Amino acid sequence: MGKEEKKFTTVSIPTPLFKKVEERIRGTGFTSVSSYVAYVLREVVSEEESEAEPFSKEDEKRVKERLRALGYLD
Amino acid sequence: MSLGKSQQISISAKPHGGTLINRVLVDEKKEKAQDKAKELLPLAITEETAKEVQNIAHGVFSPLDGFLTRQNYLSTVNKGRLTDDTPWTIPITLDVSPDSQISEGKDVVLVYQEKPIAIMHIEDIYDYDKRKLADEVFGTTDLQHPGVAKVYGMKELLAGGKIDLIEEIDIPFSRYYLKPLETRLLFREMGWKTVVGFQTRNVPHVGHEYVQKTALTFTDGLFINPVIGKKKSGDFRDKVILETYEALIDYYYLKDSVVMAILPMEMRYAGPREAIHHAIIRKNFGCSHFIVGRDHAGVGNYYSPYAAQEIFEHFPDLGITPIFFKSFFYCRKCLGVMSEKTCPHGNEDHINFSGTRIREMLIKGEVPDKELMRPEVAKIVIESKNPYVGEA
Repeated sequence: MGKEEKKFTTVSIPTPLFKKVEERIRGTGFTSVSSYVAYVLREVVSEEESEAEPFSKEDEKRVKERLRALGYLD
Repeated sequence: MSLGKSQQISISAKPHGGTLINRVLVDEKKEKAQDKAKELLPLAITEETAKEVQNIAHGVFSPLDGFLTRQNYLSTVNKGRLTDDTPWTIPITLDVSPDSQISEGKDVVLVYQEKPIAIMHIEDIYDYDKRKLADEVFGTTDLQHPGVAKVYGMKELLAGGKIDLIEEIDIPFSRYYLKPLETRLLFREMGWKTVVGFQTRNVPHVGHEYVQKTALTFTDGLFINPVIGKKKSGDFRDKVILETYEALIDYYYLKDSVVMAILPMEMRYAGPREAIHHAIIRKNFGCSHFIVGRDHAGVGNYYSPYAAQEIFEHFPDLGITPIFFKSFFYCRKCLGVMSEKTCPHGNEDHINFSGTRIREMLIKGEVPDKELMRPEVAKIVIESKNPYVGEA
């Protein structure tokens, strides 16, 4: 997105996997194996982070009262 | 309509960055902070900044817990991500004058309308390149662009650091003012597992209704979330937007599948970057999906019509599924709202949802065709004394 140089670090993947990925991204919008790997990892990480958080009892009571007062809840 | 290619798996809406930020002080902590505030250097802030403070405090901008510090500012401007790689495209900053007397490591009290509303823990004070900021965020340095003009009017330094809210500011239309914790609980109580968010700054025409209802066919709920606050000249006034949506919901929506609440926030008109920002905000409100139409958050001809959709390709880790809509129109032969993907007929059979045309008709007191706008909606606009924002 930006016009300045980005910060990266290096990770290692097996050479055959690298070649497979290289093959796979040919003709797609990905310009490098690195950008594809970053894309896939971001998807995996965001899925792992996708559990809903609990509400505390106090929060729940207070919020429900306000929602009822505003007419959002019966 | 299409789902963002990268995000076809529905993701339950965890707050952005993993935790819903809460920087609102209550009870004893609030009292202590109010006492402490009397001793601190006061820093006067504008209404729009006060709203941002409140949005930060209530988690609307999670994971931000304050105004951006230098490293996060640079990372946001250059990469559209915070330093920890979390997507973040719009810099939320506090501009300060070089003679403000604030210093790094010290607390200040943020004052709005002579009332202390928050304590800010100043972590750093830094200079910034306005041209670079405008170019990266708005894609232009043209001063005719309202966002760019605002950047060039900012003070010369930025101050970064966490905030603690000690006093809520008055928000107009408070009947519709919900915070992320409240919408999240509301959605759960309504039994909604998937919720599609709709950003708006307009009165609804039939095309908007079509988009919302189409999205609603595969989500449990619809969250209509008008932006309330400073807008550009010619935009509809907040009151008119809310009243017209109330009418639309009353007459044409199932009550248990739609919620409307306001978002007190300034429009920036940053097009693609703002589309990502809007999606993140709705994720924090608990939405699993977000509607992105043609020229989302655009102004003039600064952005290509679908740039605000294409940018989502860069953010596969956003954690909210964008729903993309092409340009649509009413087709006299199909007898319904169609798009270029669904209608085989020519332009001569199409009635376009041209905002300009609809507006011209409304200004003349004419009710647009029912294929363009619901009569109940048009009536409210026509009967409003002054439905549009005037020149600043």
